[in-house]
Amino acid sequence: MSGTTKILAISSGGGHWVQLLRLRPAFEGCDVVFATAKEGYRSDVGDAEFRLVTDGNRTEKLRLLRSLFEVFRLIRRERPDVIISTGAAPGYFAVRLGKMLGIRTIWVDSVANAEELSMSGQKAGSCVDLWLTQWPHLAREDGPKCFGNVL
Amino acid sequence: MILVTVGTDLPFDRMVKVVDRWAGERGRDDVFAQIGEGGWKPRNIPHAEFLDPVEFKKRLAAAKVIVAHAGMGSILTSLHHGKPILVMPKRASLGEQRNEHQLATARRMEELGKVDVAWDEEELAVKLDAIGSLTSRGSIEPYASGGLIEGLAAFIREGRVPDGLAGGATTAQQPDTASGVFGEIGSNPALDGK
Repeated sequence: MSGTTKILAISSGGGHWVQLLRLRPAFEGCDVVFATAKEGYRSDVGDAEFRLVTDGNRTEKLRLLRSLFEVFRLIRRERPDVIISTGAAPGYFAVRLGKMLGIRTIWVDSVANAEELSMSGQKAGSCVDLWLTQWPHLAREDGPKCFGNVL
Repeated sequence: MILVTVGTDLPFDRMVKVVDRWAGERGRDDVFAQIGEGGWKPRNIPHAEFLDPVEFKKRLAAAKVIVAHAGMGSILTSLHHGKPILVMPKRASLGEQRNEHQLATARRMEELGKVDVAWDEEELAVKLDAIGSLTSRGSIEPYASGGLIEGLAAFIREGRVPDGLAGGATTAQQPDTASGVFGEIGSNPALDGK
């Protein structure tokens, strides 16, 4: 592989976004495109690239479809080498689509899920290249690994 | 100043009502609440449905203590700024959240000594009276560190994680299909072009 590794770091707003930003040291030396659901977060990423995508939850089917389409377009446009997400819906779509397109995918389940994995985490996890939980007691031989947490 | 926040998702009227009544009874004029879209409107305290992220951080930095739902965004941001935080978990059973993860978050963060927890309205009222004595649990660095960052950095660079890290490399090579992604929301126009 030649050139700088390009990362798409994508999540919903709120806690998912706060956790995604806390992972930034792991992206050092890479080109990073951040994507989330609120314009107000743009100032969080400094000089890094910033994109907006629609968010939705499982009661908002139309928004989910829109989110899916936007995430697909974003991936095709940016052509990242790696996609990483902390959840929820846009990140789930991104890692599933990314995997199908042959992109290396990472799912870091939210630290909020301290007693069981999130619904999107369980479904995304089984298909990504690196599946992480932030709680050692949730790590499994055939499931998520735990390397530590965002605190 | 006390900053009250229900997070970016659903309102949390049960918490806001207790804080509002307490502020009224005690004559507190140093409380501001972010109440969520369509949340119950407090009578005694200034409030906003949402705060722009920049405005939120400004208010949080200026606050002496944070009263929040048990969401990790509120908890991490408060810890980063070294602010004491009193959380009350949202309950899915009361329609305040889509699952009960905030109970787990509150329990675990309390065990780690990062937050104070009010488990219900009665306890919140009691803890609000003692809010002046709530002290910071220390602050966290602006970024994560340790194994999580090392493992992710290695995986991003090399496509595998060092053997020493929690069971070593992991890859999922089995071919994927479109059906899994869209099973929940119907057909998938975006993929047909691929």
